[in-house]
Amino acid sequence: MEAAGATTTAAFGPAANLATVRALVQRSRNELLRVPGAAIPGVLAPTIFFLGLTAVFGSLTLLPGFDTDRYQSFLIPVSLMQGAGFTGAATGVNLARDIEQGWFDRLLASPAPRPVLLAGLVISASLRALVPATALLIVGFSLGVGWPGLAGLALAVVLTMGTGIVAALWGCTLALRFKSQSAAPLMQAGMFILVLFTTAYAPIELLQPWLADVASINPMTEVIDAARQGFVTGGVTWGETWPGLVALASLIALMGFFALRGMARSNY
Amino acid sequence: MIQRLVANLRVIAALGRRAVRQTFRRPQLLAPIVIFPTLLLAIQTGGAGRAVDLPGFPQVNGFLDFMLAGAMIQSTLLAANSGGIALAVDIEMGFTDRLLAAPISRFSIVLGRLVGTAALGAFSAVWFIALGLIFGAQIEEGVAGVALMIGFVTLSAIAFGGLGAAIALRSGSASVVQGMFPLVFVVLFLSSAFFPTALMLEPAASVADYNPLSFIVEGIREPVISSLSGEVFLEAFGAIALIAALSLGLSALALRRRLRTGG
Repeated sequence: MEAAGATTTAAFGPAANLATVRALVQRSRNELLRVPGAAIPGVLAPTIFFLGLTAVFGSLTLLPGFDTDRYQSFLIPVSLMQGAGFTGAATGVNLARDIEQGWFDRLLASPAPRPVLLAGLVISASLRALVPATALLIVGFSLGVGWPGLAGLALAVVLTMGTGIVAALWGCTLALRFKSQSAAPLMQAGMFILVLFTTAYAPIELLQPWLADVASINPMTEVIDAARQGFVTGGVTWGETWPGLVALASLIALMGFFALRGMARSNY
Repeated sequence: MIQRLVANLRVIAALGRRAVRQTFRRPQLLAPIVIFPTLLLAIQTGGAGRAVDLPGFPQVNGFLDFMLAGAMIQSTLLAANSGGIALAVDIEMGFTDRLLAAPISRFSIVLGRLVGTAALGAFSAVWFIALGLIFGAQIEEGVAGVALMIGFVTLSAIAFGGLGAAIALRSGSASVVQGMFPLVFVVLFLSSAFFPTALMLEPAASVADYNPLSFIVEGIREPVISSLSGEVFLEAFGAIALIAALSLGLSALALRRRLRTGG
């Protein structure tokens, strides 16, 4: 049985793996094009939060110790990560739906290796994270968000896509564990906590001590600070970038481990 | 006459109990009412807590005291939205048709749902008051203030629940009611739920000054941060009455239309 499985996997070479990933990405794109309404909440929610929080908490920049006088520039990276979190979590909900409807069983019964199936899902999520990101950046720049420079913008996009991957891996882990769309709030709450229990609202020196402690051990703080530097200072330094990249890579590795374990434990 | 009233009250109580049970059994319905407002309260209190040092911020014992009312009203608005979704699901699944065929008052079907939403509103008020007290909030008006807060939140739940029910009855679609979810946050951000209007940026500050939700929030907040004045009480009560009259009127119209057209 094991030998037969090995033969099948071996026969499923790199070209077939790529074709599978491409097909899954295409399916996700088709969903987006055929049911554009389904993407609206993922775009609307972070945009409303961005506009609302800027209007409500904009005067926080008057506090001594705030490193910018434009709250929208301070907040935009948080909204980008929140948008990526929503889209990534939606990937988990979609997987749960596919499991409930039996479609995922057919994928599992195919000769495609499970890491390849997972790769298709998370790559789709990272690309879909660009949809709310584009909307947010358009709204943000029109409302006076500082221009981060090309390097700053590219870094923000990379970190947003990476966060989309983290969220999708988290969502898939829960979908594979619970096999039900009822787990959706847990998927969203997990990303909500990861993104917002950071320096989301204010620099670490201005947070309440308990939140400063949480933020200092939350890897997403480094990701947000790395994405924020361009919008706040107009430039990017390697010293502020690498901790964000390392933190994101660690999160992807950790979540990837759990998602792959979930895939391996699935029936078939 | 009295027998009919008692029978209708029993129907309302049974449907209200069903609505509450349904919410506690489905994480998708419970999470927006309890988990997300609690997380947001923690994040905003921890992240923007130094706002109390800003010139012009009202005298408070702590930012948590100021934020409690906002969390309660957010939870109540989301409970109203969840109630609307659940009613729309009942319509989609044919459960409401079976109720309509039963020998009961048609409006008791809507009232049953609203009683459930009111119970969830009261639960959210108790939940946030308990959380506040555990984490150091002080309620200046004491026990009477707590009772007033629970009363205002419960009545608000009925008023907002009516809006959710009206949309559910008019559209008959859970996804349409769910689509209203982002609007909840628009209304919240354009009110004094999270920050004093004097310190908000324009044009949100001006909108918040006239948003009825701001009057309700101030009515719930006042007993926590100072003593409640008659003017604030009347403004809060008036705003709730206005929204309740509007939402129940819209629900009645939507129900009548549904009965006339059959969908």
